[in-house]
Amino acid sequence: MASDGLPIFTKLDGMMAVFTEEHQILEAARKIKEQGYTVFDAITPYPVHGLEEAVGVKRSWIPWVTFIAGATGCIFGTWLTWWTSAVSWPINVGGKPMWSLPAFVPIIFELTILFAALASVKIMFVACGLPRVNPPVVDEDLTSHKFGLFISSKDSKFNNEETKKALADLGAEKVHEVSEY
Amino acid sequence: MSLLEKPLIKGDKSPKDVTEDIAHLVEAKPHLKWLWMVLSAKSMLLFYMVVVGCIVGIGMGLMGVNHPVGWGTDIVTFVFWVGIGHAGTLISAVLYLFRQKWRTSIARSAEAMTVFAVMTAGIFPIIHTGRPWLAFWLFPYPNQRGPLWVNFRSPLLWDVFAISTYATVSIVFWYVGLVPDFATLRDRAKKDGRKIAHGVFGALSLGWRGATAHWRHYEMVYLILAALSTPLVLSVHSIVSFDFAVAQLPGWHTTIFPPYFVAGAIFSGFAMVVTLMTLIRIAVPKFKDYVTLDHMELMNKIIMTTGMLVGYAYASEFFIAWYSGSKYEGYAFINRAFGPYWWSYWTMITCNVVIPQLFWFKSLRRNIPVMFVISIFVNIGMWFERYVITVTSLHRDFLPANWGLFDMTFYDFGALIGSFGMFFTLFLMYIQFVPAISIAEVKPVLGTGKEGGH
Repeated sequence: MASDGLPIFTKLDGMMAVFTEEHQILEAARKIKEQGYTVFDAITPYPVHGLEEAVGVKRSWIPWVTFIAGATGCIFGTWLTWWTSAVSWPINVGGKPMWSLPAFVPIIFELTILFAALASVKIMFVACGLPRVNPPVVDEDLTSHKFGLFISSKDSKFNNEETKKALADLGAEKVHEVSEY
Repeated sequence: MSLLEKPLIKGDKSPKDVTEDIAHLVEAKPHLKWLWMVLSAKSMLLFYMVVVGCIVGIGMGLMGVNHPVGWGTDIVTFVFWVGIGHAGTLISAVLYLFRQKWRTSIARSAEAMTVFAVMTAGIFPIIHTGRPWLAFWLFPYPNQRGPLWVNFRSPLLWDVFAISTYATVSIVFWYVGLVPDFATLRDRAKKDGRKIAHGVFGALSLGWRGATAHWRHYEMVYLILAALSTPLVLSVHSIVSFDFAVAQLPGWHTTIFPPYFVAGAIFSGFAMVVTLMTLIRIAVPKFKDYVTLDHMELMNKIIMTTGMLVGYAYASEFFIAWYSGSKYEGYAFINRAFGPYWWSYWTMITCNVVIPQLFWFKSLRRNIPVMFVISIFVNIGMWFERYVITVTSLHRDFLPANWGLFDMTFYDFGALIGSFGMFFTLFLMYIQFVPAISIAEVKPVLGTGKEGGH
């Protein structure tokens, strides 16, 4: 949807208020929460300190994935070096034992890091529903210097007129009706 | 006075100004100065391709390596470029973990430098194998020769894993940082109705929008990548040093090598960041607002610190060579300083230990031409450090019957000089086509040093 003018939609999925200042979005999110809204989100050009609490999103669970992937990489590296060097085709190198763990530590370490890093990034994109072709862009400035607060029509407190008024009262520069979020 | 009390970004900019400034660098037509720089870098790249083509096509005999110096400038230049890359990770990951806000405006370029330096470095061991078309043998894939596996006990194979992991994680880290900025460029292109740019940046941004529910994952992953890159970068140069330290050669077989190599890597990498930043500040004057003299001064302080660490390592090597009582070790070091390669040793000492001492003076730390010259000296010195380590240890080992000399040929020089062509071509392309300062990361630090800022 373009920022100029509001097209008319038959299906309304929510309301997006656009703010121009960082402190406004923080205040707005807190007030909207106080008013009893629960299904809402903010769009900001950069991570705004304190907004996660204000919107009510929890701490990311991705570290657990990192840990599991790192452990997998560690086990895989141990298995790979052991199986290839001591089982599949054991070769005596410099009289060292076939299963010479200290010499394999660098390989195991690098694979741990590699698995943990790639899995964390992959799971981040999955968790955010990315990559997404042509995501709905309500206002092009939301990735530059403006801040958006979106309230979903699925919210039990959502009411077309009232929500619009509530957002406008918080000092929004513009309130858009959004068909897709 | 601490830097935190001063604004990090000059010119009292609003978030909108930041978007305009940085996006403009990508959106505007290339500057004539940039075009000339690219043309010269590309000519060097073409020269590089011819030189490497000759070495690969005709054979390793074109280079100086021979008995007893079987590791020549391919290895020297490889270690040099990998080391350069490490400062990028230090700035982007380690300074991030220490919450150093000043890193934001140089992190992107430093990371780009890492990626390109590692790419440049990676080519050299492959040339050095002599038969680069068989380089895939370095990976443990199921094959029809047994399967015959790689030797996991060899430091050279550790290197393969370390460098490839490092390259992969650095590229991913860099790209994750770029995603929100590509989204900014995409939305600007949409606003202005530039269809091709919208398509390209749309694809590159992967559909990023900046929802708070997404930022929470994003910030966490950024932190995780920083936390993973920090031990990774230390491991990479430690493993590079194992290539030498695990061998039994006098001058190589020392336990000081891992920390000594890591300090040297950071030292040379920061020097390269200073070289690049002084050049960018000339080519793109807008950068001066973001990469201020304060940033440059801080980097110069790190150069001086790591330079003294490296100097300490040089001294400690000498002391231990004497204190150990090993006559081979003792001779290796006397031979370094006073043997046939004395000139390389004293070039190293002058460039790495003596010249950076000028940074004790604040006026010199904050003087752009001075720091540019010093950073070049440091880069020369650090190339010679690897030359000293590699060549002087190999050319005279235990048996005098095994002694010999090493000379660089035209192809040794050609590959070294040409590799700068590759590096600078990539870096100049990056400066023009990718937002060279993190748009999303700079905005939160705008308030630093201002009234009521945090």
